[in-house]
Amino acid sequence: MSTSDEVLVSVRGLKTYYSIRGNFLDRLIGRTGAAVRAVDDVTLELRKGEVLGLVGESGSGKTTLGRTLLGLVPATAGTVEFEGQDITRLSEHDRRLLRRRMQIVFQDPHASLNPAMTVAQAVGHPLEIHGLARDRDDIRARVADALERVGLAPAEQFLDKFPSDLSGGQKQRAVIARAIILNPVLLVADEPVSMLDMSVRAKILELMLALKRDFDLTYLYITHDLATAKFFCDRIAIMYLGRIVEIGPSEAIYADPKHPYTQALLRAIPEPDPRRTIPRDLPRGEVPDASRPPLGCSFHPRCPKAFEVCGWESRDLKELLERRWVGLDEAGFEAERAAVGPIEELDVPKTHLRLAAHGGAHGADLRGILDRARAADPAEPFWTGLRKMQDSNGALELDWHDPVEPRLLPSGSVQVECHLYDEAALAEAAQRRQSGIPE
Amino acid sequence: MATAAVRLQRRTVGVRRALAPIADARGMARAMLWTGAGLTLVFVLLAIFAPILSPYSFDAYQSGGHRFAQLAHPSHSHLLGTTVQSTDVLSRIVWGAQTELEVVGLALAFGLVIGVPLGLLSGYFGGPLDRGAVLFMDAMFAFPPLLLAIVIAFLLGGSVNSGVLVAAFAITVTYVPQYFRVVRNHVISVREEPYVEAARALGAKPFTILRRYVFFNVVQNVPVIATLNAADAVLTLTALGFLGYGVQPSQGAEWGYDVSRAVSDAASGIWWTGLFPGLAIVLLVTGLTLLGEGLNETINPVLRRRRIARVDFAAPSLEPRSEILEP
Amino acid sequence: MTAVLDVRDLRVWYGTARGSVRAVDRVSLEIAGGSVLGLVGESGCGKSTLGRGILGLLPEGARADGEVLYKGRNLITMSQRELRRLRGPELGLIFQEPMTRLNPLLRIEDHFKETLEQHESKLTGKEVRRRSLDTLARMGIPPTRFRQYPHEFSGGMRQRIMIALALVLHPSLLVADEPTTSLDVIVEAQILRILADLKENFDTALLLITHNLGIVAEACDRVAVMYAGQIAEEGPARDVFADPKHPYTRELLRSTISLDTKALHSIPGAPPNLVSPPSGCHFHPRCPDVMRICPVKDPIETRPEPDRRVLCWLHGPESEIPDGGTVPAERERIAVAEEA
Repeated sequence: MSTSDEVLVSVRGLKTYYSIRGNFLDRLIGRTGAAVRAVDDVTLELRKGEVLGLVGESGSGKTTLGRTLLGLVPATAGTVEFEGQDITRLSEHDRRLLRRRMQIVFQDPHASLNPAMTVAQAVGHPLEIHGLARDRDDIRARVADALERVGLAPAEQFLDKFPSDLSGGQKQRAVIARAIILNPVLLVADEPVSMLDMSVRAKILELMLALKRDFDLTYLYITHDLATAKFFCDRIAIMYLGRIVEIGPSEAIYADPKHPYTQALLRAIPEPDPRRTIPRDLPRGEVPDASRPPLGCSFHPRCPKAFEVCGWESRDLKELLERRWVGLDEAGFEAERAAVGPIEELDVPKTHLRLAAHGGAHGADLRGILDRARAADPAEPFWTGLRKMQDSNGALELDWHDPVEPRLLPSGSVQVECHLYDEAALAEAAQRRQSGIPE
Repeated sequence: MATAAVRLQRRTVGVRRALAPIADARGMARAMLWTGAGLTLVFVLLAIFAPILSPYSFDAYQSGGHRFAQLAHPSHSHLLGTTVQSTDVLSRIVWGAQTELEVVGLALAFGLVIGVPLGLLSGYFGGPLDRGAVLFMDAMFAFPPLLLAIVIAFLLGGSVNSGVLVAAFAITVTYVPQYFRVVRNHVISVREEPYVEAARALGAKPFTILRRYVFFNVVQNVPVIATLNAADAVLTLTALGFLGYGVQPSQGAEWGYDVSRAVSDAASGIWWTGLFPGLAIVLLVTGLTLLGEGLNETINPVLRRRRIARVDFAAPSLEPRSEILEP
Repeated sequence: MTAVLDVRDLRVWYGTARGSVRAVDRVSLEIAGGSVLGLVGESGCGKSTLGRGILGLLPEGARADGEVLYKGRNLITMSQRELRRLRGPELGLIFQEPMTRLNPLLRIEDHFKETLEQHESKLTGKEVRRRSLDTLARMGIPPTRFRQYPHEFSGGMRQRIMIALALVLHPSLLVADEPTTSLDVIVEAQILRILADLKENFDTALLLITHNLGIVAEACDRVAVMYAGQIAEEGPARDVFADPKHPYTRELLRSTISLDTKALHSIPGAPPNLVSPPSGCHFHPRCPDVMRICPVKDPIETRPEPDRRVLCWLHGPESEIPDGGTVPAERERIAVAEEA
């Protein structure tokens, strides 16, 4: 691979928040609702000539990061330097000029071409926008070249067709032709093959690799699919809830995934080999709401290896109780629920909670429920985070260890944001364990 | 290098494609479309060739020094009879067609020129401009259209001389909010399409995006609304005429005015002065409505029904391609 | 095990202006009680039409013939009323987009109430509640969320609810059309677990329609590979994956990108237009092993192993192949333009 050490894009402390509209009253009095932290303090570098894979599930912020990088979405904080220019501070006009250098290919080929433009008009439009062609015939000739280059040959057959006349793969080729006609140096490819059939994906990926060689392109390959990323990328960045949790050379990450989330992603891929099955100990639950991320490490509620310092709190107790109640019979559930009362009160993140007993129950009854839950699943990581449980006058007081914010730290040839690889956090956890749980 | 003909063909490929569904229309949609188009065309021809087709001028009460009879029965010399003012009913209907189409045509043109761009800008840029425009248009929408038209006609009547222009403005004001609304709402959904974001990523300026990417995908329903509005506008214009706020009798023939004059005739058994202008109104409105509904069914993809052919399992199997087996 | 569903020679064609679309063309299938059959193929090969055709859910303009025997009764000749009564308590369907199938104005509780009251009107309110909560619990949905609205659930939870809604009536056959396509990989794996465990928990046979060979390998007992409206190959999933008999199956497996992929591979050309599919074997223009007979004569289904079926001249029957028919032929040249 022709990766050099020259940095093409440098992202520092980038944050992109979306404010979600509040309810009617909020809007009336001009108050904005909570913010979704789509990209939450990301720092990374894209070297010239490399393919960086940005991998994550939906809601991980990978698409927003790609768009912020191109200046299509305004950054909330931080900088994005492209060839030495901070694009977050450029004027709209200067940013438009930069479009010649950076382009994007979208996920849905059926929606990324204007249905009212022919292929010739669509692919040639960038030349028109930037005034790079002499006349119509010049545009047409250069469009024909670009189409042949992406495999839509003979070009004459496609020039005057409308997108609705093309198959998905052909549309995606046309979209790629439109992206490369300006001779960009950076191409952001946002899930370029995920909507295509299996037998077509390889062709589009091969095309992209060939274009990269011929045009000396640098790719940011955004995907949820670790299998294509493994084949396609020089380096991989794994995103979870707006943060990069692991980044490093592809070989290192696939050979020895460090972050429990990366490990889970890799093990969850259904492989076309019936001799291997997906393990049963996969992370539970789904990606949480990015407007109310968990305390500490965002992944801790789903993490099988979480421990004292990962950020345990009241919402984790709610999930624990709900998981417990799934397995109980109706009478058992009703009794426990009556004692706990409205479980929605646990939705406010707290590391100190006074859980009031309801329906004539006492603090001791609540303790009984938790003790039974613990006996049923003593290996549950949640229990490592519980520092103190104390009956107090019709309630149960619960204290969790204070969260330690995870940091992206080097570990071998990769960087990983996980307390398991942070000596300081491990030491802190060991110390807290030493002090014990004063029952 | 391409010849001019080839280039023209290339440039009009979009237009030809847009018209394709009309040629493909089938069944009820086709019947409505063509009946409506036929009826409308009759009135358009009447309007254009009024000077040739009409036996007399719209306000003529005499010909060659010979004064017409008052309220004459339909006869050879006056095919549809004459009115109480001795004018020829047929001539008034033919010239009336010209007035109706002039006013409606102008009103549509004004409405489109104001409503569509405003809807495009408001929908695409959003923000305070959008909120203000929506509020204003909704306020206009809340008025009963006829009342609004009367108020405008009354206000403009003093300063603008041409009755046709006054009527056209009065009708325009009632329809601008409709175009605005339809276009704006459609723009808001198109604005979120990936191809619009792709255009931004290509470095296109907002106005280029509006012109090349948004406009063509939004205007498709406009012909439908415009045609349906035209039918409605005919009714509004004739209502204005009936009430005496429309085109003044000295400036042109107008069917609504004629009907209002004929109200008193009907009681004394004189049917032709009211029936024929009334029929003209009904036929033109029906024609435009059918045309609009027909267009709606052919252009609107939600309503457009796929042509379904019967499945024949016994259909001949495929042609064998045997060239490979031959030695 | 006896077959819950026995499809024989099923054809489902759509009428269009350009001619009939042969979406399903003489398909035969069997699904044994409590087993999972995977139906794989690329988009436009007719797999969704087959799944819906089995349940009698055909779009306007479509016609079906052949036999779909469900517990011995032919669903094709059954009246719409009878079919409606079967759907739910006997035949269930799970769709790709769970959100669009849940009524946003109804609580989860009401969805279950409605379903159960419609088909099992004898149940008391308490029994309805117990049955619903029990089914939801098996899908991992806590009882505390029974009275919430669909929008309060995540995508994976909604799909679990949809599966629970289908299973609460204890159908004998469930058709799942791309049930995990809109879900993330970890959630997909969770749902696949649930589907694969159906037979242990509910004794329901499952027809799992997917384009993802990995999902078949994960969750299915048997697999049917569909190409251009026909079943190209059918057999136990393990055997088919280990030793594909049909060149299409083999090429599809090779072009799937997995963690083990060392080099990219693709099948030239694109799936054919089903109005006028290629003559003879529909796959012959794309087949690397094409022989002289392939474009000339429709292939005949053979059983290369007792439990497997394949529709390809490579496996005979020899008696039907004329002299020189097995001589390799040159694959027709496919312009890139024709490729998808």
